[in-house]
Amino acid sequence: MTVEADRLQKIKAVAIGASAGGVQALLELLPVLRAEQRLAVFVVLHLPRDRPSLLVEVFAPKCILKVREAQDKEPVADGTVFFAPPNYHLLLDAGPQFALSADDLVNHSRPSIDVLFESAADIYRERLLGIILTGANEDGAAGLAAVHDAGGVTVVQEPLTAQSTQMVLSALELRTPDLVLPLAQIAELLGGLGSDTPSRLTA
Amino acid sequence: VDAQIETDYALASRKFEIEFQLLIEAVYQLYHYDFRDYAQASLRRRLRIAMLRFRCETLSQLQDRVMREPQMFHALLDHLTVQVSDMFRDPSYFRALREHVVPLLRTYPSLKVWVAGCSSGEEAYSLAILLREEGLLSRTLIYATDINPHTLQKAESGIYSIDRVAGFTVNHRESGARSSLSDYYTAAYGRAIFDKSLREHIVFSDHSLATDSVFAEVQMVSCRNVLIYFNKALQDRAVGLFRDSLCRQGFLGIGSKESLRFSAQAAAFADFVRQEKIYQKAEVA
Repeated sequence: MTVEADRLQKIKAVAIGASAGGVQALLELLPVLRAEQRLAVFVVLHLPRDRPSLLVEVFAPKCILKVREAQDKEPVADGTVFFAPPNYHLLLDAGPQFALSADDLVNHSRPSIDVLFESAADIYRERLLGIILTGANEDGAAGLAAVHDAGGVTVVQEPLTAQSTQMVLSALELRTPDLVLPLAQIAELLGGLGSDTPSRLTA
Repeated sequence: VDAQIETDYALASRKFEIEFQLLIEAVYQLYHYDFRDYAQASLRRRLRIAMLRFRCETLSQLQDRVMREPQMFHALLDHLTVQVSDMFRDPSYFRALREHVVPLLRTYPSLKVWVAGCSSGEEAYSLAILLREEGLLSRTLIYATDINPHTLQKAESGIYSIDRVAGFTVNHRESGARSSLSDYYTAAYGRAIFDKSLREHIVFSDHSLATDSVFAEVQMVSCRNVLIYFNKALQDRAVGLFRDSLCRQGFLGIGSKESLRFSAQAAAFADFVRQEKIYQKAEVA
């Protein structure tokens, strides 16, 4: 399984979806990103809908990038990790800028990974890298398929290394992703993006 | 092969974009519903769901049916305005209203409140219950407006599925309730029917933030999770209507993740309860 360097060189944004076990997995990935890579990172992590999220407080001290909750109509900035706010869907709109929606749950989830990935695929196409991590439901599979169909690069966490496997297995069922990797190698891939010498990744 | 796939995808996207604009324009010209300034990402998503639901392969097919079958337009309208809310959604918002806004509302001999984009009425009934608990409902008239006649009808009936009521009850309690939610509805046949005496203080009516103008002077506007569906121009128009409708020092409440920060009307309002997105109309300098 390989991804050609020229496809990785086009990547300007990374969309990540995770559920059960996601905080731990993200703690292995997000801290490797550096500002000079000039990437915008969008994250949907399923959380309880009825209380404020502490994700920014948890991740900001551990990340080099700025970490924030995305706001409605806010322009996308690179060098920043944007989390979806609890109880809203996060979408990408032309600009690119963020849009929030209070539409019904998708896959029992709000925010939904599918909603983020499908809208981000619309806007970024081959410039988007989509990653599905550990999780205990099927959200994200259709979204990752949309990223694939739009020409983006798709990565699924190696199921044996995922704390919960359902989300990654559902994603694998729908499309064959470009890469299936354990976390350490996803971290390596992320660390190599946007730089002058992107690693030709093999798994 | 890859290049070919890319081209096909790009072409399909471009066609979707053209059809999208045409459909929105057709709906506007034929039915006078103006979605031209809605935020596109959510609208695109809702249209894709409608295409699946109505088994249309393309937006052109959907447009054809919408233009020729008025009932099809109304079915589409339900998809484009689909809005789900709960009674006392975000209980802390209602608690803040009780603690900080109600004391000032008490100083008015009669009150008018506008729930803009009321959908199926949950917010309007929540405010009616809150105002009754605070002893203000008898002198209050709530205008609850929406663009979808079908949801307005539902809102007017005040009937909700009984399995939603447990969640409503928890929210209500957390909002600083002074009574039990069960005082306000009768349960029958799997449904909760809310009290007529609440409805007597609510006027449900058709009003579009995109095309209609100010219709009354009000002391408070509650418009939560509606502005996120608008683009900046339409947001500015809507917030401008709120400013012009509000009396001196009137209140505006918006959704917990909405903000007037990017709005052209930001200067017309001052933070009142910042955490809960409750604003007060600013004095003109």
